[in-house]
Amino acid sequence: MHKKPKKYSIFSLIKNAFSYHENWQPVWRSPEPKNNYDAIIIGGGGHGLTTAYYLAKNHGLTNIAVIEKGWIGGGNTGRNTTIIRSNYLWDQSAALYEHALKLWEGMSQELNYNVMFSQRGVMNVAHTLHDVRELKRRWHANRLNDIDCEWLNTKEVKEFCPIINISPNIRYPVMGATLQRRGGTARHDAVAWGYARGADAMGVDIIQNCEVTSLNVNNGQVIGIETTRGSIKSKKIGVVAAGHSSVIANMVGIRLPLESRPLQALVSEPVKPVIDTVVMSNTIHAYVSQSDKGELVIGAGTDGYTSYTQRGGFNIVEDTITAVVELFPLFSRMKMLRHWGGIVDICPDASPIISKTHINGLYFNCGWGTGGFKATPGSGWVFAHTIANDEPHKLNVPFTINRFSSGELVDEHGAAAVAH
Amino acid sequence: MNKKISFTFDGKKYSGFEGDTLASALIRNGVFLVGRSFKYHRPRGMISAGSEEPNAIIQLESGEITEPNVRATEIKIYEGLNATSQNNWPSLNFDLGSVNDLFSRFFPSGFYYKTFMWPPKYWEKYEYLIRQAAGLGRSPTKDDPHQYEHFHYHCDILVVGGGISGLYAAKLLAKANLKVLIIEQHPELGGQCLNTDSFKTHEVLIKELEEQNNKDNFKIIKNSTVFAYMHSNYLLACQKINNAKIRQIIWKIRATKVVLATGSIERFLTFDNNDRPGIMLANSARKYQNHCSAKDIKKIVIFTNNDTAYQTAIDFFYKQEVEVQAVIDVRKNSNGDLAKKAEKLGIKIFFNHAVIDTKGRKKINSVIISELDESLDKAIGRSKKLSCDLLCVSGGWTPTVHLFSQSKGILFYRESDATFIPDKSFQNEISIGACNGTFELDEILKETYSKISGLLTEFGKKIDVKSRINSEKIFYDKLKHLWIVPSNKHFGRTKMFVDFQNDVTAKDIKLALREGYRSIEHIKRYTTTGMATDQGKIGNINALGIISDLSGVPIHKLGTTTFRLPYTPVTFGAMAGRHIKEFFDVERTTPMHQWHVDCGAKFEDVGQWKRAWYYPIENEGILQAVNREVKATREGIGILDASTLGKIDVKGRDASEFLNRVYTNAWSKLDIGKCRYGLMLGDDGMVIDDGVTSRLGENHYVMTTTTGNAASVMSKLEDWLQTEWPELKVYLTSVTEQFATISINGPYAPKLMNKLCPNHDFSKDNFPHMSFQNIGIDDVHCRVMRISFTGEMCYEINVPSSYGKALWEKCFDLGNEYNITPYGTEAMHVLRAEKGFIIVGQETDGSVTPIDLDMSWIVSKKKYDFIGKRALYRSDTIREDRKQLVGILTKDPNEILEEGSQLVEKITPVPMEMVGHVTSSYYSPNLGRSIALALVKEGIKKKGLKIYAPMPNKAIEVEITNPVFIDPSNERLSA
Amino acid sequence: MFLIKCPYCGERDQSEFNCGGEAHIVRPKNPPDLTDDQWADYLFMRKNIKGIQFERWNHSNGCRRWFNVTRNTATDEILKIYNMGEQPPIVTGIAPKTPSGETSIGSGNISTSYTKK
Repeated sequence: MHKKPKKYSIFSLIKNAFSYHENWQPVWRSPEPKNNYDAIIIGGGGHGLTTAYYLAKNHGLTNIAVIEKGWIGGGNTGRNTTIIRSNYLWDQSAALYEHALKLWEGMSQELNYNVMFSQRGVMNVAHTLHDVRELKRRWHANRLNDIDCEWLNTKEVKEFCPIINISPNIRYPVMGATLQRRGGTARHDAVAWGYARGADAMGVDIIQNCEVTSLNVNNGQVIGIETTRGSIKSKKIGVVAAGHSSVIANMVGIRLPLESRPLQALVSEPVKPVIDTVVMSNTIHAYVSQSDKGELVIGAGTDGYTSYTQRGGFNIVEDTITAVVELFPLFSRMKMLRHWGGIVDICPDASPIISKTHINGLYFNCGWGTGGFKATPGSGWVFAHTIANDEPHKLNVPFTINRFSSGELVDEHGAAAVAH
Repeated sequence: MNKKISFTFDGKKYSGFEGDTLASALIRNGVFLVGRSFKYHRPRGMISAGSEEPNAIIQLESGEITEPNVRATEIKIYEGLNATSQNNWPSLNFDLGSVNDLFSRFFPSGFYYKTFMWPPKYWEKYEYLIRQAAGLGRSPTKDDPHQYEHFHYHCDILVVGGGISGLYAAKLLAKANLKVLIIEQHPELGGQCLNTDSFKTHEVLIKELEEQNNKDNFKIIKNSTVFAYMHSNYLLACQKINNAKIRQIIWKIRATKVVLATGSIERFLTFDNNDRPGIMLANSARKYQNHCSAKDIKKIVIFTNNDTAYQTAIDFFYKQEVEVQAVIDVRKNSNGDLAKKAEKLGIKIFFNHAVIDTKGRKKINSVIISELDESLDKAIGRSKKLSCDLLCVSGGWTPTVHLFSQSKGILFYRESDATFIPDKSFQNEISIGACNGTFELDEILKETYSKISGLLTEFGKKIDVKSRINSEKIFYDKLKHLWIVPSNKHFGRTKMFVDFQNDVTAKDIKLALREGYRSIEHIKRYTTTGMATDQGKIGNINALGIISDLSGVPIHKLGTTTFRLPYTPVTFGAMAGRHIKEFFDVERTTPMHQWHVDCGAKFEDVGQWKRAWYYPIENEGILQAVNREVKATREGIGILDASTLGKIDVKGRDASEFLNRVYTNAWSKLDIGKCRYGLMLGDDGMVIDDGVTSRLGENHYVMTTTTGNAASVMSKLEDWLQTEWPELKVYLTSVTEQFATISINGPYAPKLMNKLCPNHDFSKDNFPHMSFQNIGIDDVHCRVMRISFTGEMCYEINVPSSYGKALWEKCFDLGNEYNITPYGTEAMHVLRAEKGFIIVGQETDGSVTPIDLDMSWIVSKKKYDFIGKRALYRSDTIREDRKQLVGILTKDPNEILEEGSQLVEKITPVPMEMVGHVTSSYYSPNLGRSIALALVKEGIKKKGLKIYAPMPNKAIEVEITNPVFIDPSNERLSA
Repeated sequence: MFLIKCPYCGERDQSEFNCGGEAHIVRPKNPPDLTDDQWADYLFMRKNIKGIQFERWNHSNGCRRWFNVTRNTATDEILKIYNMGEQPPIVTGIAPKTPSGETSIGSGNISTSYTKK
């Protein structure tokens, strides 16, 4: 059986230095899949790993497996621009994302793995009167939902982020911004690895390079899965396979309200600290922060068509860079170092689906679109609850799939970073 | 001799010669220490002579033209060039950061994941220090004075790379009457040939091609790097232009066929302390040697696992002032021609030996060599010390398959020389020469000839057999790959660098594997190998080899990390091109725009339109100006430029049926000459647009849309027509910009109309509200609609755009006596809010149905179907406690609510339960108080209820009211 | 940045077009008779296929005409373009190689096949 992992600290680091770091343990085991689990999570990204972690921690389910077709954290977890915030408009979303944000705030200590959650603030910039109205609406809603949020006028924007171009003569001048100081960024890979380590320590089997080929259903009850590494039985299966949610759903004839589209991002070459916050502009599509390593991390918009290639059009990247240079003219001579793409599952209302399905024991967590990273711990928390109790947690009641029939959508287009 | 050029590095003046790169010029001056590494701040020198360089990166210039992280190996010096080393303090020579190197054992890969967690709140403090230490160069702090351009180019054949294979391919293609583009990364054509003594054919080729340049559809672009290979043979290249206002050009190329001739990059060897200044790739050292005489280089050692490095030994041998100490070759022997030649020249060769350590902190001064055991796993016997000023290293060659891989071609792994080479193409492309794993000159020429011959056949052309070139064969013996060179130290104490810039060593990779980071991607991300500004052009293959060695997984099963674009970093400004500042986005203006500007109007951005927001007189603020405009409209005449409203001409047999389907209300019975307001829904039942449509004829309507939605409504309507209802004969034409729209409002509006058109009867009987008439004003045909968005008598004149400004001005001439006042969008909002009229996008947000707006009167009960109808009867949309449109009056009439304010029934500590929000809020000068519209839960039932708008500093008491504040019975419309 | 051959204008860059999502989803003729679930099915639920998908595209920055495209969403290859109202063609593309639908070539997600020659 597994051992409790040795604690990470400055002391363990020093101690290990004297044995040339040759006594560190694996962060997670690489077990062979068992025949039977109490629950299986399909998808070893951040949301899948946190689901497993909280199933074990909050619900005592430790005979569980996370099945990952590639390497853990290799999907959108390892491809996003790591922005974390909870300043969503509607009560339902705000509650979910705020729950996540609170978990972020203690995550490194909880996991004993430094996820480098850096609360350097997230600024959402307004460029038109319409933007001002919409962002102020969010600001007031956030305030009354006890989510920290401030309104900054143009001058205050400049004070908070001195390099931003507030000239009134640019095409879409800065007219103010909301600021969530508790928002920020984190090290995306560390989130996957930290939760994997934590889940593994509680007995969760993390099985990489194992691809699901079909879901087995008997009389409306899910009974297991077939994989490239054999069949595995389980009466509870949670699917958290962002980018491939529909592919899994189609295996059992479920149609989801999703379109899987390319989303691109890029980093610049690393430079000394130059921007100390996260700046987001939905109107002109500029999303910038600076990583601890010094790279500017820039998110582009989604391409407007379904594609599973993890590639998009260069025009989309070009538009984003243009907006960044418009808002930060000093970045004109900076250079794009690396560009990549991911697949995002876009929901019609830009809100996720965390839901039971008409098949007993089969649960879906999908549709996070461009904004899933920030929700990682909260998503796992409520999805674990849903799987363990076969009932949604109060926070994900609004995010069932039934809302598309009833019409009770949670339209967060305004809040989503990228206009869909 | 070339022209002498002086330049500055770290404040010190040096001189070099025209044609020097900064790196070669520094070497000429004996400067090898040019940078510090990212993590340990180890002294570093240039290890290559090209874009693969990880170490020699500098800050170029200062002030507005500064650029961080410039590779000294690529930048050509120019008079006055000023470069500064990066990532050191206080100086390159004495860098306090190098203390990290002493404590490096405490900073293995990923150390930061294991620490900085206590005390919990301190991360941001640690992070501050980490951030200060991280980063390399400095971002510019000023605006970029340069310009960037985008060029588009379509060609039959794009040849990427002007080395021998690319040159030869170009020659074979040049006369074929095809459109051919050849792109070379460096300022001169020739590639590796520029370093050969024996093979001079390239000079002839270059001469021929240069003569051909820009003739017969043949074009060469130099100093340009193809950095992306995307779908459908779309490639992007960045051209650098020296000393010009336009600094760089992005070429966007579509080629029918792509010929990749991108060459190869020499590999390093991974041995202890392999990173000192003065340790270089063998071929790069040779390049520098051939190009410039390095100062203070007397003794050199060559360390290799293959034959190509012997050329370096031979070249240096002929250099009088340099002594070739030895060639250290890990192989048992070599029968290669070059090795034999070196031997014959008397160069000392240590076969079965390796360099196991090096000495010299800021510049190499000696190497420790040792014999290897049979399996090359251990250093055996007594080690020897050889003094040297330069260590030339060759670990073999890596084909530059970046673009091929970006094109989604499939690579395969060739065990014999440990290379990934192109296997199957996905796009219409071929690889030739070194990038295809064909390294030897005679083979390259043969391959190029046969592949280009095939390519020409595809284009229906024939190759010119006379243009065939051959070269003699040089025999190269087999390479022996040795991913980790043995050391006689404990592995944990070695510093064998794999990724130089990021300070990733072989033992870091071992640590990652030990900790369970086994996927190549995990190792990359955990150790950061291959993630520096060179993106692992030199190091990635070594990292793979080491992982393979340590894990026992064969390289071909490990696979590579993804070859991502860009091949070399691309300037943001170049990507933005001219699409910034005044060209950032289209500015749409109305025909009367200049009048508004001349009048001192303030403008508001609505979509791409510039709309006059208000017209301040003298020192008026917005509130005063708007109050004045609003009052003038209700008392005299207000005039609005409404040209931006979308206008769609709807024509055809089924036009009425079409409108029936897309609007919630009925259209068939609308009389010709009449106008009707319509509300458009999405099929989810939510309001997406509104506007007035007029029936011009039996089968002819003109629809107006909101300003912001004009394009999307047009698209959606076309979508329905073309895809869902092809049986309907309806034709849509956007006429937004064909007409200027002048909206004349107020009690004296009819009088002005009479003056504008004295012969026309504007009486309400002849020209009632919600009708339109074709009227000639000064012989200009106008459509005049009696519709109203202010609640006042209103005539909207649609006049052909070219007459817009003239008619607008004429209105002012004639309307003077009625105090005709231009009003902007802000006053328009106040006027319509006084009447409780909605603005789509303000009162609605995609979650509002007509019922929510209390507009069920416009939703036809009789029609079997229209877009959005079904969705209005879903369980959530029929709820009675939805948010509904109401009016809001503050208790204090002077208090103007903030738009976006949330509303609550009870003030409690946060979180407070919100029941709605303020969608519009203004001061109404006509009522002498503030007014607001809001969406409130069950609001229609709750009229009269006192609720609150909690602000940060106070709670504002308000009352829910009817949303129509002025003239509820519409008497003013027909006064 | 793939090319789309507009049936009316010829080959143009994808950025000139807008994708209208999955094709052959006909708006029901009898909305009042449908349940909420059935309406949601029409309005929102999609197959979102990885592999060969039939789609509607509009040459929005050109002739503004709509047409159908058969595209492999795993590779972005366009296999067939056909008119509105026509039946979906029978086409084959590069076969999927992995259970999740990655193709042996043309997938953006696999850059190398590691077979030795």
